[in-house]
Amino acid sequence: MLDQQYEVLPRVPPSAPPTSLQKVKSMESRDSKASPQPSMHANPKLRVQGFNFFYGPVQALFKIDLEIPEHQVTAFIGPSGCGKSTLLRCINRLNDLIEGARHEGNILLDDVDIFNPLIDITNLRKRVGMVFQKSNPFPKSIHENVAYGPRLQGLKNRTVLEEIVEQSLRGAGLWEEVKDRLHKSALGLSGGQQQRLCIARALAVKPDVLLMDEPCSALDPIATGVIEELLFSLKKELTVVIVTHNMQQAARVSDQTAFMYLGQLVEFGRTKQLFTNPTKKQTEDYITGRFG
Amino acid sequence: MKVWLRHVMASGELFIWGCGAGLSLSLLMIGGLLVLILINGFGYFWPADLVELTLKDDKHVIGQLAGEDLSPKGDRRIRMKIGNRDLYGLDFRWINSEQIVEQGRPVDLVMVERREWGNFYGRLQTLVKEDQVVAEGADAVWKALPPLLRSAESHEGESPYFVLAVDANGKEKSLALSQVIRVIRPNDLSTLEKVWVYAGNVWTVLTTEPREANTEGGIFPAIFGTVMMVMIMSFIVTPFGVIGALYLREYARQGVIVRTVRIAVNNLAGVPSIVFGVFGLGFFVYGVGGTLDALWFPERLPTPTFGTGGILWASLTLALLTVPVVIVATEEGLSAVPREYREGSIGLGATKWETMWKVVLPTALPGILTGLILAMARAAGEVAPLMLTGVVKLAPAMPIDGTWPFLHLDRKFMHLGFHIYDVGFQSPNVEAAKPMVYVTTLVLILVVVTLNLTGIVLRNRMRRKYAGSTV
Repeated sequence: MLDQQYEVLPRVPPSAPPTSLQKVKSMESRDSKASPQPSMHANPKLRVQGFNFFYGPVQALFKIDLEIPEHQVTAFIGPSGCGKSTLLRCINRLNDLIEGARHEGNILLDDVDIFNPLIDITNLRKRVGMVFQKSNPFPKSIHENVAYGPRLQGLKNRTVLEEIVEQSLRGAGLWEEVKDRLHKSALGLSGGQQQRLCIARALAVKPDVLLMDEPCSALDPIATGVIEELLFSLKKELTVVIVTHNMQQAARVSDQTAFMYLGQLVEFGRTKQLFTNPTKKQTEDYITGRFG
Repeated sequence: MKVWLRHVMASGELFIWGCGAGLSLSLLMIGGLLVLILINGFGYFWPADLVELTLKDDKHVIGQLAGEDLSPKGDRRIRMKIGNRDLYGLDFRWINSEQIVEQGRPVDLVMVERREWGNFYGRLQTLVKEDQVVAEGADAVWKALPPLLRSAESHEGESPYFVLAVDANGKEKSLALSQVIRVIRPNDLSTLEKVWVYAGNVWTVLTTEPREANTEGGIFPAIFGTVMMVMIMSFIVTPFGVIGALYLREYARQGVIVRTVRIAVNNLAGVPSIVFGVFGLGFFVYGVGGTLDALWFPERLPTPTFGTGGILWASLTLALLTVPVVIVATEEGLSAVPREYREGSIGLGATKWETMWKVVLPTALPGILTGLILAMARAAGEVAPLMLTGVVKLAPAMPIDGTWPFLHLDRKFMHLGFHIYDVGFQSPNVEAAKPMVYVTTLVLILVVVTLNLTGIVLRNRMRRKYAGSTV
């Protein structure tokens, strides 16, 4: 049915860049995509182009231009209210839920505009997983939490589901801790475990990109360490974008860092370079703790 | 002094004491009401002793003591239930204490429970079968009676036997055995036997149909009607309330209109219930029911099938009455579901509807159940709208029985609340029916408590399933 739609491809919004049919299709089904080799600086996974964002009359993001490379961890840092969470939530269009929110410019995922009206938004969200600041396991069993996404896609086979659940929990480093109580309430887990369960839940739909909105801000240092550890293994499989308040964390875990201030992207570059030799005065002031 | 006063005012201690006093007062009043109902309700079943009084004028009185007070003139007097309505016309009698010469509890006094005319108090004399004397003398008759009564019961009341009995002053009364339900000698019962009789009485009230204009016998049809009506009402009100609340809270664009609707819904809960009754009569009974009759049962007209009060229409009317409660509670439940759950679900690629159905509604379920519990409590106690939409003082048949289609939603039904009104205020013998009113009240309260407890247990089990849930 989708193919039919694309054959009579209606107009693509004028703002959108040239979009090939194959690329729109590749949004719909991951499998048709040629599996890329994990290379350091190859094609950017995400491209943000001249992006403005408004909450009603208030502009929250100003002309953001950003390229997020594949299979790397990209960190957004900046003081509270600088728009880093807003930008993150735009990448899987969660901000669509907010009344009166609107945007200008594009965000391209694998060179396809995610705001293209042809995109199935639920498919986009399956490809771009999200982990929130406050761990939010559903009030269901651990198994049900992880199986939630696959079930939404219509997967009913129990053995397949169980396999996915185990894989995802292993991927989130939680399997050994919970394998004996998969059918107990997820709310009985500790804070760090809950957050890793949320990561497992996001992994269960096999996303390309994982967005993390301050995933460790409510966790103790040990749980934080476990999740940071996890990021290193996760980036082999997917692209991670993480928002963090904690500059040490950004320095520890990320390959690329974007420093944002008052809705503007001030500086974006390799983490090592940004932290040791920032080009902008504002960045230097922030990372040395002179403000923010 | 002033410093001290200011300190007391500032600490709010007076206010706290005031709050405590207010709470205690309310608890005291509720407790008093409950105790009154419990004592009178449970007391009704106890087989009280029969007392024989000898008066100054050498007259005798047999009956149960039913209270003691001061007459308007200031004399002490006792109140006796003397029964024998067919002989005396009255069930109760006041007797001045000073008139009493002797007071005794002879063992041979009997209480005869009859199908008509209430209880007979007196002594057994002769047992007669078609003009032939079978047994003579109080003890002989007493011994001969039990097997005969059992067989009379199994033969649907057809019995050739008569019992001749005498009242306190020797006036003879012939009692057909088919009219006798049972005979007991309360003064001859041990405590254990009394407990047995008590349990039997409770069982009778709970399981049998009423007799004698509802003042005697059981209240089973009323219990059944109440429970069934509440059940039907719950089945109707839950989906409507939940759907309404879901739309109002989650889908409707929040603005002036939604706010107005919400205020209207809240105000609906304050509309007098009789108004709902009038609406139910006009809309459901005459409107919907009349149309159904015209479409489906034209051959029976002018006798209405659905176009008259029935349990379905009463339940619908009550559902209308209680839907605001469910809507308000569901809205509260929905708004208590954390935004993180919704975002988490949507972030996994769920649509809004899938999020509602799989995450938000299950999480809000305890809140929805709370609303349903409140609705059931309200519906079970409501009487006025039912009087217009289907309650009767004596229903010829139950809403569920063995004839096809087994569930008869068009039938009229009995209801405990209406039973209280009918027995207590509309029966020909209000005074004698008073214990029945207490019993009915007690049962109604127990029914409401049971329904509520079921809901609460269900809700707690649901909460425990998601232990740690804050909702």
